Amino acid sequence: MSQIRITLNGQVRPVNAETSLLAVLESLDLDPRLVVVEHNRRIVRRPDFEATSLSDGDAIEVVHFVGGG
Amino acid sequence: MTATVAVPVDQPLSVGGREFRSRLMVGTGKYRDHATMTQALEASGAEVVTVAVRRVDLDRRNEQGILHHLDTARFFLLANTAGCYTADDAIRYARLARAAGFNEFVKLEVIGDRETLLPDTQGLLEAARTLAREGFRVLAYTNDDLVTALRLEDAGCAAVMPLASPIGSGLGLLNPYTVRLIKRRLSVPVVVDAGVGTASDACVTMEQGVDGILMNTALADARDPVLMAHAMRLAVDAGRAAFLAGRMPRREVAVPSSPTTGLIA
Repeated sequence: MSQIRITLNGQVRPVNAETSLLAVLESLDLDPRLVVVEHNRRIVRRPDFEATSLSDGDAIEVVHFVGGG
Repeated sequence: MTATVAVPVDQPLSVGGREFRSRLMVGTGKYRDHATMTQALEASGAEVVTVAVRRVDLDRRNEQGILHHLDTARFFLLANTAGCYTADDAIRYARLARAAGFNEFVKLEVIGDRETLLPDTQGLLEAARTLAREGFRVLAYTNDDLVTALRLEDAGCAAVMPLASPIGSGLGLLNPYTVRLIKRRLSVPVVVDAGVGTASDACVTMEQGVDGILMNTALADARDPVLMAHAMRLAVDAGRAAFLAGRMPRREVAVPSSPTTGLIA
């Protein structure tokens, strides 16, 4: 399986080509229900995580709620 | 501390189509630990709590987000756009917050100055217009300028949030006149946000007639946040009741409280 490079929360990481967004989240032990994800600046709805496949050079932001005023 | 007379029940706080019993909103940032935060929130009686949107720290996967420590059935989450210095950033953060799936409310912050964290009013108005058009219920953190507040209302904000003093400063209500003026002239709710330091600040703020108050540092940085949260709960109730009671006028001279007749010679 060939590898591609994506930027995930500002860090460049190699992942397998045709990996899904859901697979990436799971590999990071992240609960999909507790995060919000941007894929190349577009917010991805949770039901679409599995169907969203990643390409070389993609930028992903994974955010969640933290304490704040 | 129990009441010995029946106190008339206040109207609920109505913002963006939702009603809340408590006029005190509380932030979830800066507490020394989650247990302290949880107890402080409980003691405050608040229903609306603010949260921020930040990257998940991928290298410390065991650090959990705030949702692990907040009962979302009990608290209404008001996401903020803290840390945003442009309208585009604030819009982006607001959309991310809404995508979490709780509600369409956002505490909109567009900051113009790092030292004071005072708002950038141009960016704020631009972001407010865009977000209001997209169906957000925008609660806009703003300065205490009446014209800006009116423009935010025109832009479709669900509430306007003039600051008492700079975020985290604890300076209290620096300009009661302007806050009172804003409350008198706006149709949407006015919730004072930022700068409250101690209970008397909260009480004085509510006495201006505003609809609510939001604070974070006043609790988190108190020596005893839980006791301060309790004090704030009382202070907000006291200030609100004093406002509803209609205070006596101020006078420049004395007016006796005891009879001036019947004095012995």
